[in-house]
Amino acid sequence: MNIPKITYKRNANFNEKLQSFFVNISGLTVFNIEFFKQLFTLPVDIEQIKKHMSELGVKTFSIVGIMGFILGFVLALQSYPVLERFGATDFLPATVSLSIIRELAPILTALIFAGRVSSGIGAEISSMRVSEQIDAMEVSAINPFKYLVVSRVIATTFILPILTIYVIMISLIGAFIAVIMTDNMSLIYFMNAVISSIAFGDFIPALIKTYFFGYIVGIVGAYKGYTADGGTEGVGRASTTAVVMASLLILLVDMVMVKITVWLWPSIG
Amino acid sequence: MKKPIIEIKNLEKSFGELRILNKISLDVFEGENFIVFGQSGTGKSVLLKCIVGLLIPDGGDILLNGKSILNLPTNELNEIRKSMGFLFQGAALYDSMSVRENLQFPLIRNYYFSKEELDHKVISTLNMVGLESAIDKMPSELSGGMRKRIGLARAIITDPKIMLYDEPTTGLDPITSKEISVLILELQKKLNMTAIVVTHDLLCAEIIADRAIVISNASIIKEGTIKELTSSDNKLLRNFFSNEIIKE
Repeated sequence: MNIPKITYKRNANFNEKLQSFFVNISGLTVFNIEFFKQLFTLPVDIEQIKKHMSELGVKTFSIVGIMGFILGFVLALQSYPVLERFGATDFLPATVSLSIIRELAPILTALIFAGRVSSGIGAEISSMRVSEQIDAMEVSAINPFKYLVVSRVIATTFILPILTIYVIMISLIGAFIAVIMTDNMSLIYFMNAVISSIAFGDFIPALIKTYFFGYIVGIVGAYKGYTADGGTEGVGRASTTAVVMASLLILLVDMVMVKITVWLWPSIG
Repeated sequence: MKKPIIEIKNLEKSFGELRILNKISLDVFEGENFIVFGQSGTGKSVLLKCIVGLLIPDGGDILLNGKSILNLPTNELNEIRKSMGFLFQGAALYDSMSVRENLQFPLIRNYYFSKEELDHKVISTLNMVGLESAIDKMPSELSGGMRKRIGLARAIITDPKIMLYDEPTTGLDPITSKEISVLILELQKKLNMTAIVVTHDLLCAEIIADRAIVISNASIIKEGTIKELTSSDNKLLRNFFSNEIIKE
C-alpha cells in the first residue's frame, strides 16, 4: 500500500498548506480503499475486535454517560419556560426526546467519542510507527494493517451505536429529573409521551448515521497514526489532527445524512 | 566454491535529491557474519530495510538464495520474511504486550502451535538469551540491554536462516555491549544463521565479524576482514577505526 504522504513543515505557506490538504484527502481515500480490501481478507480477527470494543466502551462509558445526563437535564430545563409561555408543557417529553434522539445524542456522543477515541488510536498507532513496532510486524510477516487498523475500525463502527442508545436513555432520565423538579409530571405520563412521539423515521436514521460516525472516528485515527512521522512531535500531531479531522468529517456527514433522511422520510422534515 | 545466500547487485536508493545508496554490490555467504560499517546517515540501515522489503530500492537487485525479492507479491515476500529475523536499533518491542506475548506473537500469527508448545518455545528461547526471569515483564520494565536481548529472542524464535542486526550495541555500556556481541556470535554458531550486522562499534565487529565493508558517500569504499580494514592507509578508515583525528 502506497499512501500519499507529505512531510510536515513548520511555517508552511498557503500553497504548501493547500497541497497538504489535498495529499490528506488522497491519502485518506487510499487508506479507505485498503481498509475495504483487507476487511474481506480472511481470517477475521474476532478476538481483537472484541478486545477493542470492550476497551473503547469502557473508556468512554462514563464520560458519555455524564454528558448524556447533563444534555437531557439542561434541554428540559431550557425548554420548559418556553413551552410554559404557550401553555404547552405537556409537549415537553416529546420535544426533548425528539431533539435528543434525532440529533443531539448521536452528534454529541460522536464528537466526544472522536475526542476520546480518535486521538487515542492516532497516538497509539503513531507511537508504534515511530518506534518501528509496525516495521517489526511487517518483517515478522504479520499484516500490521489488518492487525492494527481493521480490528479497531470495526470496533469503533459497532460500539458507537451502542453508546448512542445508552446516551439516549441517560438523557431521558436527566430530562425526567429536570421535569419533576419544575412540574409534577409522573414517570408513566413522561414515558408514554416519549414513546408515542417517537416514530421509525426518528430512531432508525439517527442510529444508522452513528455507524458512519463510528467508522469515521476509527479510520481517521488509524490513518493519522499509520502515516505519522517525525518522532514524538509526530505522535502529538497525529493525535490532535485526528480529532480535528474526525470532528469535521462527522459534522459534514451529519449534514448529508440529515438531508438524505428528510428526503427519504419527508414526514419527519 | 560456496554459493552466496544474499546477493546485492548495483543497489540504488535515494530520498528526494539525496542519494543514500549508489550502486552497492555485495555477496554474503552461508553461515557468515557480515559487518556493514559506516558513519551515521550513510545508509547502513536503509540497506537492511531494502533487504527485508521495508524499503523499495530505486534500482539494482536483491537475491536471496538466488531468487530476486524485489517486485514480489506480499504473500510471497512474507514467506521469505519468515526465514529472516531482524533486530531493530531500539528493539521495537510491542509496548502493549508482555515479554511472553511479544515472543508468542509471530508464532501465533504465522504458525500453529499448541499452548504447551508455545510456552516451551518461549522459555527455551528466553533461556538462550539468559532472560527467562523476565517472561512476564512489560517492555517498560526492561533496561536497554534487556530490551535488546528480548528483541533478539523475538527475532530468533521463528528459527530464521538469515539474521539482520541494526546497530545491536548502540546506546549500551561497554560491558553489556560485549555481552550482546558474544551472544550474537553464540547464537549464530548454535542456530547456523547467516547474519548482516550494521554497526559502528569496532569491539562488536571484532568479536563477531567474518568479513566487513565500509560505506561512505553512498558507496562501498573497502571490503575485507576487520584486520584488513583497521590496518588500511585510507584516511577515512583511519579516522573511523583509530583514536587519532586525521585531517585532509
